[in-house]
Amino acid sequence: MTNTDASPAIVPSFDSEVGAGRKLAIICSKGSLDMAYPGLILANAALGEGCEVHLFFTFWGFDMINKKTMGDLKFTMLGNTATHMPQGLGGLPGMTGMATSRLKKSIADLDVPEVPEFLEQIVASGGHLWACRMSADMNKLTMEDLYDEVEDIISASDFIEKTEGAQLLFI
Amino acid sequence: MPVTTLNGHQIHVNEEGFLTDPTEWDDALGTALAELIGVTLTDAHWQAIRFLRKDFEEVGETPTLRRVSTVGGIPIKTLFALFPQKPAKKMAYVAGLPKPHGCV
Repeated sequence: MTNTDASPAIVPSFDSEVGAGRKLAIICSKGSLDMAYPGLILANAALGEGCEVHLFFTFWGFDMINKKTMGDLKFTMLGNTATHMPQGLGGLPGMTGMATSRLKKSIADLDVPEVPEFLEQIVASGGHLWACRMSADMNKLTMEDLYDEVEDIISASDFIEKTEGAQLLFI
Repeated sequence: MPVTTLNGHQIHVNEEGFLTDPTEWDDALGTALAELIGVTLTDAHWQAIRFLRKDFEEVGETPTLRRVSTVGGIPIKTLFALFPQKPAKKMAYVAGLPKPHGCV
């Protein structure tokens, strides 16, 4: 197809009405390195597309925002058949450490940041981080223990209220 | 591929309007493309666009937002302020480059 000189310029619909006001809620419930990334990557992608994004960290997902653990999430082969390795290997001493450092390296090779820096990027892009009240109470943690950019510790119903009309992902 | 004329330049674009041949781009075209998406270019915008052009030339692909921030030294917050809502795609469009295809 060749348009002539008279054809109007084709302009991408960056700010079309269709996507306006789109909102995404992501519930992060896992504390392993491999399960931390899907939520972070999707949050970051949605922000880059102009969506409003809220992340809710609950249960094991609390490890992603706990200052003590957020930089030290691990990946284990145990119970993960997708590594296609004999399951017995995963239980040997040092295997989790090795699997973790391998995964970290593959992630870094793609210039994808580690969890704390990724959260920083998400907040800089306008994302909102919320901590689950029940998880905080169970682990006797307060805002002091959490990543500085976490906005508040809120109940599940508060989160549902904040994300009214949002599309939701549970990870 | 559609051919269109903008600001006196004949340019090749894809179905979304992104330039398919980055060599057809120059500063005047960048200004015209920015106007089409409602962005008035300031020095700060140009700093980002120049980085995109330079990085594309060196690496062969459009840098992601993260790369513009870590390698280009322009904070992500600033990029969102300069090119609201969809900074990575808007910057690529104005710089006459393809959309970045990296996930992060």
